[in-house]
Amino acid sequence: MTKVVENTNQAVRDIPDGATVMIGGFGGSGAPIELIHSLIDRFIETGSPKNLTVVNNNAGNGQVGLAAMIREGMVSKLICSFPRSVDPVVFNEAYEAGSIELELVPQGTLAERIRAAGAGIPAFYTPTGFGTELAQGKTSAEFEGRSYVQERWLKADYALIKAELSDSYGNLTYRKAARNFNPVMCMAAEKSIVQISKIVEAGEIDPETIVTPGIFVSNLVEVPAPVQEEDLMRAKEVYP
Amino acid sequence: MNFEKLNNMQIAWRAAQDIQDGAYVNLGIGIPELCARFQPKGREAIFHTENGILGFGDAPKAGEEDWDLINAGKKAITLNPGASFFHHADSFAMVRGGHLDMAILGAFQVAQNGDLANWRLGKKGVPAVGGAMDLVHGAKQVVVITDHIAKDGSPKLVEHCTYPLTGIGCITRIYTSLAVIDISDKKFVLQEKLPSISLDELQSLTGAELHFEGAPDDLKAPKLGH
Repeated sequence: MTKVVENTNQAVRDIPDGATVMIGGFGGSGAPIELIHSLIDRFIETGSPKNLTVVNNNAGNGQVGLAAMIREGMVSKLICSFPRSVDPVVFNEAYEAGSIELELVPQGTLAERIRAAGAGIPAFYTPTGFGTELAQGKTSAEFEGRSYVQERWLKADYALIKAELSDSYGNLTYRKAARNFNPVMCMAAEKSIVQISKIVEAGEIDPETIVTPGIFVSNLVEVPAPVQEEDLMRAKEVYP
Repeated sequence: MNFEKLNNMQIAWRAAQDIQDGAYVNLGIGIPELCARFQPKGREAIFHTENGILGFGDAPKAGEEDWDLINAGKKAITLNPGASFFHHADSFAMVRGGHLDMAILGAFQVAQNGDLANWRLGKKGVPAVGGAMDLVHGAKQVVVITDHIAKDGSPKLVEHCTYPLTGIGCITRIYTSLAVIDISDKKFVLQEKLPSISLDELQSLTGAELHFEGAPDDLKAPKLGH
């Protein structure tokens, strides 16, 4: 059994038009830039995938990664908590032009909606957002004298994930705070595609240290020295 | 009106004096981050950042940044001994589960009933909320540090918030450039004020009635540059 695919192009080739795609990362930390860029390559070559709904904490930065996806017109809807960055011009222009829909979700609610989807929990209650415009139209209820908002699970067709180390079963570890949304997104997507700095033999990762068990991982692709979005930003790179 | 006021570092210093030893604390992006520098000697707080770290330390030297070690403001940080990593759902379980002792946040407006507005100024522009709405309901104590008045001279401490709310009834204490004010029973209760400002002057710069439990103490902070 192996989940390993040859390269990042092959890893993203099945994502169809209209798919909901979760993309890991918090800003550039944990963002699977190589997978995103392969998806952009495919779109430029074939015109597909388009009309994507993307779930990410942010809305891209500069002219690389998620921002480049938005600039190329692949994304029709973004579900995120903080669409602001050092260089937010791509998202801002698309938003002002009305070419992208924004669903703004408080960050903890976003994480929990994703986790709930992965755990098969269709709805939950949280105090976050109660009494604010982000809870308008949502069911609320009182528990032990306090008011809570009902939030629904957030599922995806695909997740694009960055991790540090994996064995061939897809047991993952992450690098420092690049972990962020990646583990819960692995759980919530029908298919999770993971770029890995290094793939090792089964048995080489201490089971005590595994963060995401392979059951949540569909495909693996080795990207030995992944770029950091922050470095690309500072070099003012434009992709493609 | 001509009066002294505390600068941002001094407000952060004053707030930091109330962070208890061993407390788990989240500092909002911007001015609240400064509080970490002013922990009183002998006390050690453990700082939480939403993107999955407990126990982070100072910024690294220029050129030594690791972009997988950042805070919620996406600035490079370092780790203190005893730090830990966790994923986003666990990070917000710490917040929403009431495990944090204190959150120190910025504000556009705070109302006398404890409502906070700190995420959006109006309908214009791109809205962005981040973790603000989670933090106001998560920590055991949620406090604000802010200038006493806005740049246009209007009060930031008000009867009712006019900007979109971040949370209702969530703030218990406000550290401003002029005063320390508690919120109790839906009222502003003055605890400390700068000796150089009169009560009448302070009231005129505050958008709702100030109440007292005895005479307020003097608000003091050492000289600190920007």
